[in-house]
Amino acid sequence: MGLLTFKGGLHPYDGKELSKDKAITEYLPQGEMVYPLSQHIGAPAVACVKKGDNVLVGQKIAEAGGFVSANIFSSVSGKVLKIEPRLTVSGNKVNSIVIENDGFYKKAEFHPVETMTKENILAAVKEAGIVGLGGAGFPTHVKLSPKEPEKIDYIIVNAAECEPYITADYRQMMETPEDLLSGLNIILSMFPAAKGVIGIEDNKPEAIRKLTEMCKEEERIEVAALKTKYPQGAERSLIFAVTGRAINSGMLPADAGCIVDNVATVIAIHEAVTMGKPLYERVVTVTGDAIAEPGNFKVKSGTNAAELVDAAGGFKTRPEKVISGGPMMGMALSSLDVPCQKAFSSLLCLTKDEVAACEPGNCIRCGRCISVCPAGLMPTRLSEIADKGDFALFDQLNGCECVECGCCSYICPAKRRLTQSMKTGRREALALRRRQK
Amino acid sequence: MNEQFYNVSANPHVRDKASTHSIMLDVIIALLPATLFGWWNFGVNAVILTVLSIATCVISEYAWQYFMHKKITVGDMSAVLTGLLLAMNLPAGVPYWMPVLGGVFAIIVVKQLFGGLGQNFMNPALGARCFLLISFAGMMTDFSVKGFGTTFDATTGATPLAALKAGQAVNLKDMFLGLTPGTIGETSAILLILGGLYLIFKGIISWRIPICYIATLSIFVLLFGGHGFDAVYLAQHLCGGGLMLGAFFMATDYVTSPITPKGQIVFGILLGLLTGIFRIFGGSAEGVSYAIIFCNLLVPLIERFTTPTAFGKGGKN
Ligand code: SF4
Ligand code: SF4
Repeated sequence: MGLLTFKGGLHPYDGKELSKDKAITEYLPQGEMVYPLSQHIGAPAVACVKKGDNVLVGQKIAEAGGFVSANIFSSVSGKVLKIEPRLTVSGNKVNSIVIENDGFYKKAEFHPVETMTKENILAAVKEAGIVGLGGAGFPTHVKLSPKEPEKIDYIIVNAAECEPYITADYRQMMETPEDLLSGLNIILSMFPAAKGVIGIEDNKPEAIRKLTEMCKEEERIEVAALKTKYPQGAERSLIFAVTGRAINSGMLPADAGCIVDNVATVIAIHEAVTMGKPLYERVVTVTGDAIAEPGNFKVKSGTNAAELVDAAGGFKTRPEKVISGGPMMGMALSSLDVPCQKAFSSLLCLTKDEVAACEPGNCIRCGRCISVCPAGLMPTRLSEIADKGDFALFDQLNGCECVECGCCSYICPAKRRLTQSMKTGRREALALRRRQK
Repeated sequence: MNEQFYNVSANPHVRDKASTHSIMLDVIIALLPATLFGWWNFGVNAVILTVLSIATCVISEYAWQYFMHKKITVGDMSAVLTGLLLAMNLPAGVPYWMPVLGGVFAIIVVKQLFGGLGQNFMNPALGARCFLLISFAGMMTDFSVKGFGTTFDATTGATPLAALKAGQAVNLKDMFLGLTPGTIGETSAILLILGGLYLIFKGIISWRIPICYIATLSIFVLLFGGHGFDAVYLAQHLCGGGLMLGAFFMATDYVTSPITPKGQIVFGILLGLLTGIFRIFGGSAEGVSYAIIFCNLLVPLIERFTTPTAFGKGGKN
């Protein structure tokens, strides 16, 4: 298969060499553990423990607050101290369960799925509180329950990891590829008409080689080499690259016969189904030029982000900016005093804030933002419309198709903050749509 | 706990190295060979005119922004580029007030009155050239100047295209190298092409406008030039009349050309057609400047019809 790709996109400095060869090491937290009740897309979970309760590792501490929501589990054994609003990566205070770690890591009992039926698998995934671990945090059991399951013909594992610096998925592919295949086979067993495709960018040749070798025996699974280009791992770009089907913001991947999950999510499915292990830890890449010893760590949910910096040897230089996630789509943190949550894939610490370093100037109409936009938009015009506040026109010109990938701001020679305006435009235009309904 | 606070801003948190400044600088670099050649071809006067033109543009921009209490942006090099382009479009024999008047007109009237960088709808250098051409037609079309390396007959001072139109013989090799009368920067086709290729390979401009422009004009000349399939005649058309300067450096001006990829193709084709019409059916021999100025005015219209289709919203992606 040749290299698959999409239209638009660009090649930022990828920084992966800092951590790509660092094996995953387990990090045991020191301080108190904080579990925000809202760390996924959808309704917040509802706490099912109270102050003073003793909890075990893997014990459910909050119950999904609806179908589009997810259970939350303790990652340590210890005592519930309080439930109170705490600062999270989102920048807002979110009601959170605070637990004191007793350091014994006594585990609750886990029950693997015994008879592999579709219903049992789905129930196990739902019970384990699995959400998309790539960054979006959309509950996985919802993705696995499409309206017309017989129409699903592709299960795509998003192994592009196109965000610069992050190597968490890559390390898992290199270290536990059998878990990835097991997870994919579990999903495939739910959709008999589908074939499995693992999409990997060609800047990870070792991973492509390894998985291709392992998939020789797997009739339903295929490894697809993708062109290395950001945002190859954006859901719509990936679906187009693999299947040639184009979907817009009003459609779900299932409308194109696809279900897309990233590597970490598929491995979490494997663990939930074969071991009954709920989602309470994940692999996090701690990296950036401010970090002394960048690496990949298996981190318990609820661990304070400042501890991760210490785990990675502390700061070499004081960073100007710390980011949860990657440099293109991640969220800047004002303080490191936030807990790691389910979708926390990376802690990136940069000595220089390139955004503050450059003043936005007049648009010189160079057209670069248009040629990189994977959504086929004209960011220069749409951002201007958003800045003027004409959100109806913004919507009419398809502004809501923006995937907030950051390509336009990245490439703009006038250093205009296009993505920022696009995000505001989208938010307001979608709110306007809701009001008009 | 941790009391430090870090910068926050919306994603993305990294930026490409290219800036407005670096792009302008690249265009200036691409123009340098042809400029140096022009100086050699037309002599000291050409050097003085170039310096005056650039200085006027930079000072006008600075003064305007200073007195209008705007942010001073002369550091972005766009005024330097305008000054250089204007000089390249002047004959070497014009009086020294000509580049000064042209520079002030380009920066104040064509650029700043419309809102500054990125807002003007006409290329400032070309706007100024056309203004000077209309106001001082005699001086602006007098090409009888000699320089250090002049080999052409400076006494007649007819540009090769004018000679061609008048039915005289012109030397194609001289045209290709640039050893002919003309404006300071337009004569050397080869050096302008090299500069243009530099810009295309560096990704500063796309091939769409220059290639569509040159291809369309070629076809037009072959069809309507009255010389049938005459390669030499065609090559003379392409090397003369500032076509290369126009196609690679003036028509590709970001601000005054379509921003959409399809629009750039349409723009190139229109330019080719108009230039062909002006040259072959019109009174003057040149036509590049007027074609570009005219098409500048059509840009909003062209863009309206060539807006790209959003991904997944019908159409092929
Ligand atoms: S952020 Fe939105 S507008 Fe900008 S390039 Fe990405 S999809 Fe296009
Ligand atoms: S990239 Fe920046 S300067 Fe270029 S057209 Fe887009 S907004 Fe304008």
